[in-house]
Amino acid sequence: MNPFARFLDSDFAYSFRRAPVAVIATVVLVICVGGAVFAPILAPYNPFDLASLSLMDSFHPPAFMPEGDRSHLIGTDDQGRDMLSAIMYGTRISLFVGLLAIAFSLTVGITVGLVAGYLGGTVDAILMRIADVQLTFPSILIALLVDGILRAALPREFHDKMEIWVLIFAIGIARWPQFARTVRGSTLVERGREYVMAAQVIGLSSRRIMTSHILPNVLGPVLVIATLNLGLAVLDEATLSFLGVGLAPTEPSLGTLIRIGNNFLFSGEWWITIFPGIMLAAMVLAINLLGDWLRDALNPRLR
Amino acid sequence: MFAFIIARILQAIPVLLTVAAISFALFAYVGDPVAQMLGQDFTLAQRDAMVHALGLDQPVYVQYAKFVWAALHGEFGLSYRLAKPVGTLILERLPATMELASCAALLALCIGVPLGVYTGIKRNGALARCIMILSLIGVSLPTFLIGILLILIFAVLLGWLPSFGRGNLTEVFGYSTGLLSLSGLKALVLPAVTLGLFQMTLIMRLVRAEMLEVLRSDYIKFARARGLSTRAINFGHALKNTLVPVITVVGLQLGGLLAFSIVTETVFQWPGMGLLLVQSIAVADIPVMSTYLLLIAVLFVAINLIVDLLYYAVDPRLRLNRRSLTGRG
Repeated sequence: MNPFARFLDSDFAYSFRRAPVAVIATVVLVICVGGAVFAPILAPYNPFDLASLSLMDSFHPPAFMPEGDRSHLIGTDDQGRDMLSAIMYGTRISLFVGLLAIAFSLTVGITVGLVAGYLGGTVDAILMRIADVQLTFPSILIALLVDGILRAALPREFHDKMEIWVLIFAIGIARWPQFARTVRGSTLVERGREYVMAAQVIGLSSRRIMTSHILPNVLGPVLVIATLNLGLAVLDEATLSFLGVGLAPTEPSLGTLIRIGNNFLFSGEWWITIFPGIMLAAMVLAINLLGDWLRDALNPRLR
Repeated sequence: MFAFIIARILQAIPVLLTVAAISFALFAYVGDPVAQMLGQDFTLAQRDAMVHALGLDQPVYVQYAKFVWAALHGEFGLSYRLAKPVGTLILERLPATMELASCAALLALCIGVPLGVYTGIKRNGALARCIMILSLIGVSLPTFLIGILLILIFAVLLGWLPSFGRGNLTEVFGYSTGLLSLSGLKALVLPAVTLGLFQMTLIMRLVRAEMLEVLRSDYIKFARARGLSTRAINFGHALKNTLVPVITVVGLQLGGLLAFSIVTETVFQWPGMGLLLVQSIAVADIPVMSTYLLLIAVLFVAINLIVDLLYYAVDPRLRLNRRSLTGRG
């Protein structure tokens, strides 16, 4: 059997087909991610092309409303940007920040967890103490403060250029302790196994044992947590951008779009806020549902 | 018990000193206060005099000790943005945040626990399932979006409730509260619901999960066998035993409430500490940021301490374990 057929035949694929929630969540997610990745091809307009924007086009209501026109399906914002295109590009930025932040967080968390779990002793005590202290603070607060500190510490121009990376760093650094703790827990278990002893006996270096022997065996649980954290990281980014400390309106993420739209809530232009909001909520809900299902599906005790 | 409390307090001190060190480092090294105060033209002698006057020529540990000493006396320097003492600024804003956070917590507890018990007992009922699905949406919606939706519905479309500010405030012993006037109470509704909703769903899901776990256990079967009423079993036996994790989570979530009050306060322009922080971060107002960091750390350490103590009071097993560990049992 080729690998694809074998996957379709597996337990995992079977329980996936039997879970309608997971299937729907996947479909929603594929639409979101597809729209985001192929935004330059699929989007009807380019919201970054300032030359094509015209203030004459601003505040068009969605097409299904009486004054709406069909060239802008879900209306335009205050600068005449097509909302559908802006949302597609915004999702792209939101997902980009979320994914990289989690990747960064995973790297830090896995490294710390492996080192703490394998070496033990003082190193373990110090690293886990730091993780514990950080865990007592909500991650959004840490991300906010890290972003604020970097804003103050970096020169203005440099910060403006690096804004998106600062944001990724701030969100990522706020989430590493969870990964570190999970990896440390599994590493402690694996460390006592025979194959690790065997590797030690043949004289492999600690680094080699950690990266090529223990790591593959502790990766499973931490990846499930990473899925759930991806949804949270996307929300973190949206929240920071909404608070006005994230991305600038020139390169709007979903959070920035909602923040812009919030100014026009009282004058009746509700679509500028609500559509990016629905998009954000649908995407995060889909990620959470899929993460929940994944956690249950991979947990043999619940079968 | 006493030794346990002392040990916890001793553990908290290094945490606080570390946060104070970060806060101090921000204060001392981010930006150059001397350059800001001297302006463009100055001689080296003037510069040295200024450095001396600010105490910046002293060793770092002396500066740090002075910083901690001043902080203990409530002196945190001047805000760059508002040119007022930071201590006063934050104290002015503290009641607003506390009022909002405590109302939200109360709301979350009073609705979350009963809903959790209900969905736990009738876990296959239609209503319980509806509540569970709604709660999942509640968890996935970000706080600021909930706030915007509530404003859209109750302030813009229906016009029932105000969408920003605190309404009329009354002074009670130098503490200004919005709880005593109708407009103050009306202004509180939307922010408190927004802030409390996430915690409510969280508490509900937790109580439900714990109830399901407990209802399966042997002593519940035994209670049934003894012929106790369902009511006595559900509330007397089951609910009581779900409380340990609930207390922990609620305690830790109090910190979460403070953090998310930043978002809620921004949405509703609620004049609390969170709004102050967001406005300060946007213009890199370091003294306010470092003071907020310090204050939040103190609050969190205090909350954790209280949660630990409650844990100890509620869960007899913890007391037993400790005694057997120290060999005094």
